[in-house]
Amino acid sequence: MASIIVSANPSESRAGRFGVYGGRYVPETLVAALDELERAYEDARANADFQAELSSLLKDYAGRPTPLYFAKRLTEQLGGAEIYLKREDLLHTGAHKINNSLGQGLLAKRMGKKRVIAETGAGQHGVATASACALLGLECVVYMGEVDMERQDLNVKRMRLLGAEVRGVASGSRTLTDAISEAMRDWVTNVRTTYYLLGSALGAHPYPTMVRDFHRCIGKEMKQQILEKEGRLPTAVIACVGGGSNAIGAFYEFIPERAVRLIGVEAGGRGPALGEHAARFQGGAPGVLQGTYSYVLQDDDGQIALTHSVSAGLDYASIGPEHAALHDSGRAEYVSCDDTTALDAVVKLARAEGILPALESAHAAAEAVRIAPAMAANDILIVNLSGRGDKDMGILARELHL
Amino acid sequence: MPIRFDHKPGLVVYVTAGDPSLNATREIAIAAIDAGVDVIELGVPFSDPLADGPIIQRASERALTRGTRLKDVLAVAREIRAARPAAGLVVFSYLNPILRYGLREFASDASAAGADGVLATDMIVEEAGEYLSELDRVKLAPIFLAAPTSPDHRLEAITKVSKGFVYAISRVGITGTQKSVADDARALVARIRRWTNLPVAVGFGISNAGHVAQVAEFADAAVIGSAVVELIERATSERGPDAAPASVAGFIKGLRLPQAALAR
Repeated sequence: MASIIVSANPSESRAGRFGVYGGRYVPETLVAALDELERAYEDARANADFQAELSSLLKDYAGRPTPLYFAKRLTEQLGGAEIYLKREDLLHTGAHKINNSLGQGLLAKRMGKKRVIAETGAGQHGVATASACALLGLECVVYMGEVDMERQDLNVKRMRLLGAEVRGVASGSRTLTDAISEAMRDWVTNVRTTYYLLGSALGAHPYPTMVRDFHRCIGKEMKQQILEKEGRLPTAVIACVGGGSNAIGAFYEFIPERAVRLIGVEAGGRGPALGEHAARFQGGAPGVLQGTYSYVLQDDDGQIALTHSVSAGLDYASIGPEHAALHDSGRAEYVSCDDTTALDAVVKLARAEGILPALESAHAAAEAVRIAPAMAANDILIVNLSGRGDKDMGILARELHL
Repeated sequence: MPIRFDHKPGLVVYVTAGDPSLNATREIAIAAIDAGVDVIELGVPFSDPLADGPIIQRASERALTRGTRLKDVLAVAREIRAARPAAGLVVFSYLNPILRYGLREFASDASAAGADGVLATDMIVEEAGEYLSELDRVKLAPIFLAAPTSPDHRLEAITKVSKGFVYAISRVGITGTQKSVADDARALVARIRRWTNLPVAVGFGISNAGHVAQVAEFADAAVIGSAVVELIERATSERGPDAAPASVAGFIKGLRLPQAALAR
């Protein structure tokens, strides 16, 4: 049984903790930078000019608000709950990631940092960050595992075109986990001049809170839009969970609405054996990875397990700490969807609605496909369609024999 | 045993346990102690060593490939302690292997193995409540890193809970070798001394006698990590699994050259 390192006094709540999870477990060199970031973020969050500039960019540059689309044909085919799609895939750069990249990019600029580093798995955060840096005139370096560079080649080229330097990471599983470690090594070395633009609701405080805040607009819009269209709240909100940024953004406004089910979908990969999937709640245990205390896929010695998913963006050994707290409290449910089922959902959505979802988002769509038929016609499911699938054409062509 | 720096300048040597083998680690540590090292840092290999440069990353990978486990590292600690009762012995680890082992069990077993202290790379003082009380229960010294970027209020907090020595990071960055000891180190050690009388050891990038002599001007000890780990890597690959202890001993003896030899 792993120890839980928390304050001896449970009533003592600290910033950056979600229940027992979260916190800040980093080399000492980074602590001052995290403190500086925390202060700068608190200051920016309360600053009307900062918020106005971000809102303006989200609207005119990124394309917010995104539509909440009723998937009529899919709903009819499944014959149960009404299915709505929150169209984050229509955002500039192709996924929800731009919300956070613009927010943190503005923050970096406000802090006077000229150099931005980022990690990326599927490449969506890398592309969003490269775009934000181009827009804001910041130097941009993106770390990406070599396996991911190969399977998301299009995004590598997009980042380069946008002026970012993409640095391949050859250590470990050569995926997102390794890219984050390498980005943190860069940050430790260049901490005085460099802003680390972390792309998911992960890592040391204040990242999980800050990244969530920049994605809260997803859930806020969802809530308002579904009330306008249906006059009531949904039965469930469904989102895929890698690090968990799109999911926490979609869930957050609904947490107080106890009747709304929150369903996170992890990558079931090729199967339940350790190393074959990225379903942290189905085989992970609490631990510390890359700055935060959360569920971690690991072996009996506390070594981080290799992971697998057909979708690079879900292929990560840990999960954002707020999800760990939502899991333990039972407020959110977490299920997993294997590679094959996710690929089936891509085809289903493409043929029924003419929408090509990202492989990540297809995991969420697959869960709706699974549960909708057994639900009542007046039930409402909202799937957060976090990204579009253009980037996955290489994988899809191979897997689906196109 | 309390951690003491009897030699001037003091020397702390880091080795990744299990590279090239657990037996070799024991022999390397003993040879290093006999060559004049005051404190051995026994590194627990970790799959995701985000504070380490390529040299220690490679050593960790090799040790893990050989199946090195935390309990094996503690067994080696016990053997080193039995062979050299007076040397300082610190377990150096990332947090997750310790958590998985169980913080309480780890503290008990590390203490029983004869370790004097523990340094967890990704444990900072603000998060250390339970960690400190478990180490204190079994009289293990908590050793923390202090960085050039640490402001004074953090140095105060770090030195308040530290025992054994304070590990001052010579420069911002990851572990690895470098050409000269950064000016950062001298200023940092001076700031640390405002808060504590504990010995201060300077590490990160210390790789030769010149560096050690520089550090000796303002600190109590120098920590040699990557340079030793790289030497072990090279000796093992060039001359086989038994070559490293003698190489390391020779290297360490050369680190405390007389001042005249350095002046040139």
